[in-house]
Amino acid sequence: MSRSSKAKEEFDAAPWQGKTRKYDIIKEGTVALLVVAILTVALSLLLGSPDDTPLTFKGWATTNSDNFYATAVSELAGTSGTATYGPPYNSAADGLNVGPLWLQKWAGVSRPIDTVNDFVIAPLSTQVMSVEIASALATWKAAAQTEQNTWATNYDSAIAKVEGKLSAVPAGNYGPVPALAQGLTDMAKAGGLDAALLSQGGFFQTDNTKQILFFGDGSYLDDAGTAANLQGGTWGMMNETGRYPGQAWLWLYSFWYQIPPFNNEESKPIGANADAYIMVLMGALSLGLILIPLIPGVKTLPMRIPIHRGIWRQYYEENGIKRRKY
Amino acid sequence: MSTPTHEMWTARLRSSWQRNLPIEKLLPDDQPAYVASWIYVFGVATIAALGVIIASGIVLAFQGPAWYHTSDIGNFTNSIHFWSVQMFFAFMVIHLWGKFWMAAWRGNRVRTWITGAVAFVVSIATAFTGYLVQTNFDSQWISFEAKDGFNSVGVGAWFTVTNLGQMLLLHVAFLPLILGVLTLVHVLMVRRRGVVPPIDAVPANLEVRK
Repeated sequence: MSRSSKAKEEFDAAPWQGKTRKYDIIKEGTVALLVVAILTVALSLLLGSPDDTPLTFKGWATTNSDNFYATAVSELAGTSGTATYGPPYNSAADGLNVGPLWLQKWAGVSRPIDTVNDFVIAPLSTQVMSVEIASALATWKAAAQTEQNTWATNYDSAIAKVEGKLSAVPAGNYGPVPALAQGLTDMAKAGGLDAALLSQGGFFQTDNTKQILFFGDGSYLDDAGTAANLQGGTWGMMNETGRYPGQAWLWLYSFWYQIPPFNNEESKPIGANADAYIMVLMGALSLGLILIPLIPGVKTLPMRIPIHRGIWRQYYEENGIKRRKY
Repeated sequence: MSTPTHEMWTARLRSSWQRNLPIEKLLPDDQPAYVASWIYVFGVATIAALGVIIASGIVLAFQGPAWYHTSDIGNFTNSIHFWSVQMFFAFMVIHLWGKFWMAAWRGNRVRTWITGAVAFVVSIATAFTGYLVQTNFDSQWISFEAKDGFNSVGVGAWFTVTNLGQMLLLHVAFLPLILGVLTLVHVLMVRRRGVVPPIDAVPANLEVRK
């Protein structure tokens, strides 16, 4: 720090010797609390708050049965979003990177999810099942993994080929996969899958990861997000359901998703790894905000742009202080 | 040989506290006359909103995260929580901009700015976890979407936004504790250093110690 800036620091830190006025800090705090409390009560009475009912697997399997069924098959075939995600759920992919930093991969598989067993076989096994489902499960469990893969992949590809129109899927070597998918669809329709996915055969459970990820593998959650204008590409991060304000303070985070190259998944390396780049960028910007007093050029902006003349207008007028050039 | 009193940790803390933050500074009855703009209101307004957030949050915590879906009083309490959060951020952002244009870090006040800015970042994290524990469609959507950001930089390996239990504990215990401590330290620093003087203040108004 130069001698002049050190002197300036000492000057700004010195005790105030000028004019003062009475100040009741306790009264100020009490009045502020009362005003804010009254305002929040008034807004709450007038406008309420958002609370859209959560989606359920029952709702998904009932309103879009084919999509649920096809998603169940993709979980068995290992082609769903979750099955191909990579860390922290599995090793199917490396995940995103920022240049040479493969943070997602390096953090490892800390929340392992096996879509075949966690999403389909285990929930089905918790139910009182029909002879057909019991037989399908027994066949699946007795088969070698390569055979299971062949059945599931054959069926998954066949469904994809007819664009999800199940009635158009030709006969093929699918093993027990159609029966398992139908069993899971029936279970979801009956309302049994939500709890079975959460509990995984246990009692206490507070981790909804498996439910949320399974939801995201189909189109039901995505369609609902689009309908509520919550998609990231349309500023959804700072939106809220209904006509309520959302997390408006995330505007800058949301902003990056609206512009190239971040909003173009085909653009390498940034667009294809947008989540990681934006996270790092926002981390750096947050650090910049915290360290503003130490950043040359930024820390002197308030002196060069005279907004302070308005804040302390009365003081400047009383003391006849003209604006100084910085 | 026993430690001399003035070298004891407790005695050192006491004398440091008395020297830096005497009761007259902590609970002042006057302040510089230049503190006259409306912009000064937003610091205390932010703390007031935080008070309403904590009070309504405590009621919600006693009843559990799903209570407000089925109870009118619960819904009303949740609304108070929701709107006080909205106000908290509005006030805090105005306060932050105001302090930026005052260059409020001048005069050994850098740490005051830093604690305030860190409190802003921690507030975002606290509010975010609040959105995740709403146990409604919004929290389903946000948790599914947000996981990708955290997973992409490895943070998701430990900070699991889809884990309701983890998010609930962070939201009602850990993060409010951090935010509360930061707010307290920030306010004590403001009281210790006083409100930053105007840019280009008259030299006679500030007594530099020789």
